[in-house]
Amino acid sequence: MEKDQNNILEEVTQGDYKYGFYTDIEMDTAPMGLNEDTVRFISAKKNEPEWLLQYRLDAYHKWLGMTEPTWAHLHHPPINYQEIIYYAAPKRKKELTSLDEVDPELVATFNKLGISLEEQKRLSGVAVDAVIDSVSVKTTFSETLEKQGIIFCSFSEAVQKVPDLVKQYLGTVVPSDDNYFAALNSAVFSDGSFCYIPKGVRCPIELSTYFRINAANTGQFERTLIIGDENSYVSYMEGCTAPMRDENQLHAAIVEIIALKEAEVKYSTVQNWYPGNKKGEGGIYNFVTKRGICKGNNSKISWTQVETGSAITWKYPSVVLMGDHSVGEFYSVAVTNNYQQADTGSKMIHLGKNTKSTIISKGISAGHSSNSYRGLVKMTKRAENSRNFSQCDSLLLGDKCGAHTFPYIKTENKTSIVEHEATTSKISDDQLFYCNQRGISTESAIGLIVNGYAREVLKQLPMEFAVEAQKLLSISLEGSVG
Amino acid sequence: MLSIKNLRVSINNKEILRGINLEVKPGEVHAIMGPNGTGKSTLASVIAGRDIFEVTEGEILYKGKNLLEMPIEDRASEGIFLGFQYPVEIPGVSITNFMRTAVNEQRKYRGLDPMPANEFLAKMEAKKNLLEIHAKLANRSVNEGFSGGEKKKNEIFQMAMLEPALAILDETDSGLDIDALKIVANGVNKLRRPDNAFVVITHYQRLLEYIVPDIVHVLFDGRIVRSGGKELAIELEEKGYEWIRAELV
Repeated sequence: MEKDQNNILEEVTQGDYKYGFYTDIEMDTAPMGLNEDTVRFISAKKNEPEWLLQYRLDAYHKWLGMTEPTWAHLHHPPINYQEIIYYAAPKRKKELTSLDEVDPELVATFNKLGISLEEQKRLSGVAVDAVIDSVSVKTTFSETLEKQGIIFCSFSEAVQKVPDLVKQYLGTVVPSDDNYFAALNSAVFSDGSFCYIPKGVRCPIELSTYFRINAANTGQFERTLIIGDENSYVSYMEGCTAPMRDENQLHAAIVEIIALKEAEVKYSTVQNWYPGNKKGEGGIYNFVTKRGICKGNNSKISWTQVETGSAITWKYPSVVLMGDHSVGEFYSVAVTNNYQQADTGSKMIHLGKNTKSTIISKGISAGHSSNSYRGLVKMTKRAENSRNFSQCDSLLLGDKCGAHTFPYIKTENKTSIVEHEATTSKISDDQLFYCNQRGISTESAIGLIVNGYAREVLKQLPMEFAVEAQKLLSISLEGSVG
Repeated sequence: MLSIKNLRVSINNKEILRGINLEVKPGEVHAIMGPNGTGKSTLASVIAGRDIFEVTEGEILYKGKNLLEMPIEDRASEGIFLGFQYPVEIPGVSITNFMRTAVNEQRKYRGLDPMPANEFLAKMEAKKNLLEIHAKLANRSVNEGFSGGEKKKNEIFQMAMLEPALAILDETDSGLDIDALKIVANGVNKLRRPDNAFVVITHYQRLLEYIVPDIVHVLFDGRIVRSGGKELAIELEEKGYEWIRAELV
């Protein structure tokens, strides 16, 4: 990790948003706007069974009766849901059986990002389910995984291959009427990843997905479902980079995780959607619902997130601790710069006895940005002898940004213990002088200090991801002091 | 190597240095002594480039270049090292990572490629052995939770890693027990070469029992009021700073 620090810091000095390029691929799109026909169009495009179409339509009607939430510490112009294209897929001429058949432009895009599928396949031992816009283009390593009974494919593929599993679990953690954006997603979700680890199987490799928004005016409505069957283990990674756009783009994803008895699911993400320019124009609106349920006893779900992108982030990865002795964890680094706004945090709902949860949140604010932590820890009556530890730290760069903490704690029993710690700090002139005196430029010094501040979270990430995360932290704070 | 001429420095309109003249040549060890609050640390900070001070008059030439126009990090890369009196903590940043960044940024300034990782780690090990530092500093965060002695040893270690041409040690001896003091002194003695120089700032003569200076200066009320050989330090220790004060009146 450390040996890459220097390369990383060098990149900090480079100019604009690095991943702002655009791939020109023939699109197969739905007409602009949202109505019942749009929902039917998407479902038909994907050859979905009738029950799934009904699920979507039901969600759509619920969504119509809901209103956009306003409680978050976020400000943005109203979103016109009729000016969004809800489905876009790269046109596929035939079924692809090997990488050679993938559109060369698509491959070039991945190469620019440094995530060439071939490289991934050959060198890293990471299975990649690459999503460009809405349809999974290529899934690697599936065969290796299949031998163990592991299913790792695009969501659409899972609907065709294992419809019963999808039907059994879809919407069981995040109901379609959970919230406004969840309802929207449930109606129009395009694609995403599906992952099932059978009983007693320890997934031998990190499962990884790269998401990427590609077409102008296309909302991304990813849907991911991860199921860890009894006594299984999986570490799943999701990473995002998005090309530059002038218009705001809406992103409303749902991730559901189910951990059965003694299962452990570790979910890591590095989010780098286009944050808008330095004036606060453009950028992704990211309204995400991520939730896991520790259904069985002794199960464990762990969320680790590094958030550097998006104009607006609205995201609260949560764990419902239903099984006795289950464990929920949330590790987060959220960076906001320029005019970015983030309202993010976690919910830990303790239902089972002797359950344990940890929340470590590190906010970093720079420029004119606003960074809020919002968290809920709930100990229900039944959750005896349960524990939570929360730590929410804020680091401020400059004096025009804001950091806010909104912790909510509800305890309904007398045997549980909830601890909450919070700090706010700044990078001191003494620290910068000390670094400068050793020959380290101010920009590099900030990268170094920020990475040190976030280390507790970064060390939770799988190795290959940690390096990328360090880069992003430095890149996204570029020019924030001076 | 270092040439300071009539340097006058203020902070918040209060004059601290009132016409400093100092010449340091390669191979020399200078000691600057004086009572507290006479401007010793200010002088060190101004050479390093701390911008909270205002230079109202005079100049500092370093290797013939106008030092006052150089950014702090460039001064460091040109070979100026400041051992801090109060080193700051940088939580979460390991000493290995910190030093590697510093070494490579300095190399970059000099047009060199980054040092390969194995070479760097070997160098760290070699310097630790040279200085007889046995503590496992490498993976600890910079100065975080360090004792006073550990912080000062860490400064000397960094000096050894960066191999400066001119090292200024600002009261590196303050608050050290005798063992730590020996490590600090030993470090300076081992790193002395004909082509580098040291300016050791100290309040007490004690350190100078271990580091033998070529020239001793007495800084008093913003001026160097007396310079001499190492015997000046001994005289100071015997007679105390009151002696200087009395002579000046």
